[in-house]
This record gives sequence, structure tokens and C-alpha cells, in this order.
Amino acid sequence: MSKLTLKTEGDRYVVVTRRFAASPEAVYRAHMEPALIQKWMLGPDGWTMPVCTNEARVGGKIRYEWSNGQGGGFYLTGEFVKLEPLHRIPHVERMHLPDATPDNHIETRFEKDGTGTLMTLPDGATREAMLKTGMEHGMEASYAQLEKLVGAGVIQ
Amino acid sequence: MYYLYNRLFGYMANLDATFSALADPTRRAILARLALGETTVMELAEPFEMTQPAISRHLKVLEDAGLILRRVEGTKRPCRLAPDGIASIDKYLARLREALAANYDRLDGVLAAMEPKKRTAKRKDKR
Repeated sequence: MSKLTLKTEGDRYVVVTRRFAASPEAVYRAHMEPALIQKWMLGPDGWTMPVCTNEARVGGKIRYEWSNGQGGGFYLTGEFVKLEPLHRIPHVERMHLPDATPDNHIETRFEKDGTGTLMTLPDGATREAMLKTGMEHGMEASYAQLEKLVGAGVIQ
Repeated sequence: MYYLYNRLFGYMANLDATFSALADPTRRAILARLALGETTVMELAEPFEMTQPAISRHLKVLEDAGLILRRVEGTKRPCRLAPDGIASIDKYLARLREALAANYDRLDGVLAAMEPKKRTAKRKDKR
């Protein structure tokens, strides 16, 4: 049922893709208008985004604040590097936890796909973290292999 | 977005240790060997052609990462796989995917509600 895919691309990115049954215009607006962003960019159940600043222009500021309603929360800040309405949203973002994470350069892309829209979201920082921690090796090769061995109870 | 979920889940600190423990080929091989069953340091040192202290250092990393369990038996400290450690990696990835999927499923709803409004706006423009 899940239409989301999460894959590695080259050695620089983790790429998320997702198709929507709506025009690129609508999908783009849902990523740029605060009132719309606050309705969906929430993460796990129970979290809300009480503050959402999204200045839709080059150099415009981004600030999203999340809350779990129990005093827990954190925020993200960023800037738009360039904007290509309806198609590309190149931006920089960092989380404040409360210390800021390194800048994460992201380019959200939308393209028309039949009657819908295909979103592609390459994420360099995540890939970097994966490589640094060995997550990728752990996941893609050894861990899968290990699981097999454990499952079969056989190994050389 | 990923940083967000990583931190939200709270147990990421230990997963960092888990993933770096898995980054080393010798440690992965040790885990594969332990998948066969409980093993002593001496038995592990043989096939890897490593000294016991070197193997012990790897085992310490694996133990701290929650991937193996060790018990005391006389002068020996046999080790075995920790099922919880392995399962936590699976759980983390499943939750990351779930949280992302939940966001975009909500977006589907937002988009479905948007399309009719656009037509209403156009009609108003005609006046």
C-alpha cells in the first residue's frame, strides 16, 4: 500500500520518492503555504506544528516548530536558495535540538506524472550520516546477511 | 526531515553505537559467527587470526552497542547475539519509514481538499 520509496543514489544521497494524485501546482503550494504545511508535516502521531514561517522567495526564511503537546519540542530553520515555482525547491535546513545540526542541502522536486505529480527528494545529509556511522554497510550488506544466517541457523 | 525523526525516537543515541559497531567487517564476521551459537573469545580468535586482546576489544564495542551479551563462566566469558539489539535496528527503520509515510498520507488528504477550492477561486475572479 505504501507509495513511498526510500533508496540510495550514487554515494551522495538518500532519495525519497512519492506520487500524489494532484497537480504539481497543488503539491508545490502544499509545501510552501504555512497553513497547508501545518496540516501534514507533523511526523509521528501526537505532534503538531504550532509555528510555521515559510517565506516563499529566494533567501526567504524557513522556521518550523514542532510540539508534542507535553512540553517536548524542537525546531528547524532554513533558507530558500532558489525557487522554481511548481518544480523545484532548493533549500538549506538545520534542526535545533537545541544545538544546530550541520546544514542539510535539500532540493525537493516535483514533476508532472500523468494526472498526478511525482515528488523526488534527495537528501545528502542523511546519506552522509549513513556513511559515517556505517549504517549503510550494516543495513545493505551485513545486516541482511546476518539476518539470513540467524534465520537459517546455518553459517560457514 | 530525517534528523527530525532520528531525534524524535529517543533511542537514537544507542543506534549510533549500533551502526558504528556494524561498520567494521571483523565485527560483522564475529556477529555472523555468533549466529551459530554461544562462543568463547578463544574460539573466536582462531578463525580470525587475531590475538585475544584484539578480539576482546571488538567484543567490547559490540557489547556496548547492545548487539551481544556476555556471561561469566569461571574464567571464561562466552558471548552470544543479543536479539533485542538486532531487532532495534529493524524497529528504527520501520518507524522512520512509517513517520514519513504518515506525513505524505496526510498530504494526500490536504491535496484532495485543495483542488475544489481552486475552481471556486477562479469563478470569483471572473466577476
